Amino acid sequence: MSSATLAGLVGAALVGLGLYGVIADPQPLRKILAFNLIGSGVFLVFGIVARKGAAAGLSADPVPQGMVITGIVVAFAASALAVALTLRLFEETGRATLRPDAGTKPPDDGADAE
Amino acid sequence: MTEGASAFAATAGGSLLALPILVPAAGVLLSFLLGGRQAERIALALMPVQFGFAVAIASLIWRSGQPLVYVLGGYAPPLGIALRADGFSAVMLVTTSLIMPAAGLYARTNFATPNDGTERRAPLVFWTLLQAIQAALSLIFLGGDLFNLYVALELLTFAAAPLVCLDGRPETLAAALRYLMFALFGALFYLLGVALLYGAYGTLDIVLLSRQIRAEPAVWLAAGLMTAGLLAKTALFPLHLWLPPAHANAPAAASAVLSGLVVKGSFFLIVRLWFNVLPALPNAVPEAILAALGSAAILAGSALALRQERLKLLIAYSTVAQIGYLFLMFPLASGPWSAEAFSGGVMQALSHAFAKAAMFLSAGLIAESLGHDRIAGLGGAGRAMPVTFLALGLGGLSLMGLPPSGGFAAKWLLMKASIEAGQWVWAVVMLAGGLLAGGYLYRVLAPALSGNRPQLKSPPRRSRENVALALALAAVLLAFAPPTFFAFLQIGRPAAGAALR
Repeated sequence: MSSATLAGLVGAALVGLGLYGVIADPQPLRKILAFNLIGSGVFLVFGIVARKGAAAGLSADPVPQGMVITGIVVAFAASALAVALTLRLFEETGRATLRPDAGTKPPDDGADAE
Repeated sequence: MTEGASAFAATAGGSLLALPILVPAAGVLLSFLLGGRQAERIALALMPVQFGFAVAIASLIWRSGQPLVYVLGGYAPPLGIALRADGFSAVMLVTTSLIMPAAGLYARTNFATPNDGTERRAPLVFWTLLQAIQAALSLIFLGGDLFNLYVALELLTFAAAPLVCLDGRPETLAAALRYLMFALFGALFYLLGVALLYGAYGTLDIVLLSRQIRAEPAVWLAAGLMTAGLLAKTALFPLHLWLPPAHANAPAAASAVLSGLVVKGSFFLIVRLWFNVLPALPNAVPEAILAALGSAAILAGSALALRQERLKLLIAYSTVAQIGYLFLMFPLASGPWSAEAFSGGVMQALSHAFAKAAMFLSAGLIAESLGHDRIAGLGGAGRAMPVTFLALGLGGLSLMGLPPSGGFAAKWLLMKASIEAGQWVWAVVMLAGGLLAGGYLYRVLAPALSGNRPQLKSPPRRSRENVALALALAAVLLAFAPPTFFAFLQIGRPAAGAALR
């Protein structure tokens, strides 16, 4: 197994684990962590793409690297925003969960995030 | 192909394309720096400027009959990034620049900074983020690079999610958080698709990609991931769960922008993806799936709207249903009826934007005047605030698809295309959706127009009623769009390259 295949499989596994967490866990904080896990998987795929460019004779394709850096900044900002909202939710209700029966008032469609 | 030569070189007046992105972005920074009342002044002052840019771009495209192109920094793709504007981009820009000032004028009462100049958080955030939404939408409508569009999509989410929880009630915080989760999940799927496309072709420029793309596993996987991610952001059934609580709990002016414009941003990218990037694929099956989901959205969204007890939730569920109509254009996009289907889809996006913004603003006035928005308590309210209910009703006219309204034109074009294409099922769904829309609007309007005048907490301000009415009239006026308008929509329409198929 080449290192690129291995990295690809690890990336896929990270995305899968993160996806499970985002869907299955009602705790916003764990959802945010799972979201970052998916992000790591995606960035790993970008890394392999950069190596593919290297196979074409370049030492390493810099464009995917630039995209990963941008992606990390965006993911960081997203996590910060989500954590801030979660904290505020905790301050207001004393608990931080998106489970509909737990809040002070259930959301009107009674549905949890998918 | 005429677009071939010009797709990578700036056209005359192309530098205009950077302005609708840069100016509101500069406005965001200035509003943050100066703060207080200045944020509101800057936001309101820049809105007519933005309208000027949008009209200038549209008229340049109209005069040349060609899409506008601007190559940032003079570096041509694939190294650099191009901004491109076709007919569809231009009408979306103009629509955005009309609805934004309406929401802004309406919101002046709710988000005023006190006269003594003390800065409050909600107004500062509202006026700043309104400009951020405008900048992000402009970038989405003009971007020519798939990664650049990812960044625009995230900017839109970061600007839109906090608007949901401006008043800080716990249920709005939960709604905003759920919205953010769906949106982030969607963005990562989109990004993974972008990575796969770059890995396969080494470019993310829309025009370059569309020339190289072949039906192979990596492309199908990328298309599936990107579409799924964008559907989560567009709230197409069954990924709509976040939308009703988010749009119904936001302040009325924010709801109008979120429901009218923000969901159209990710829809615009789905159109870009399937019409501009992937037209060479044999895409009958995925496009039929999109339309089937759209049909399910129309039926489920309308049925759920019928069961709501609060007016704003009813309007939010009707957004779920109306988003469904947008996706009926996909399976009809090839063949001699494709121009009709495309015009119908665009018309639906425009008329829904105006009608839904009008309805949310009216619902906000109703809630403020009555002190609640329970549908059971609306009896006779139409007598007390006739102009507000006129705006609500005219917006509803467009949702039902009754003539004369933009919604009628949209549904008529889509229905004509589906019958010409022999795909009757979509026409049946559209008719059923129109009936259901009539049903849920009747639930609101019938009691409001009969019974005794209720006691109002405070009558709505005339100027704010007029804003809602103007938006509703714009949705009606779209019905009278001249043939040249539809010719304009076809400028740069990629399926003109249907010879690729």
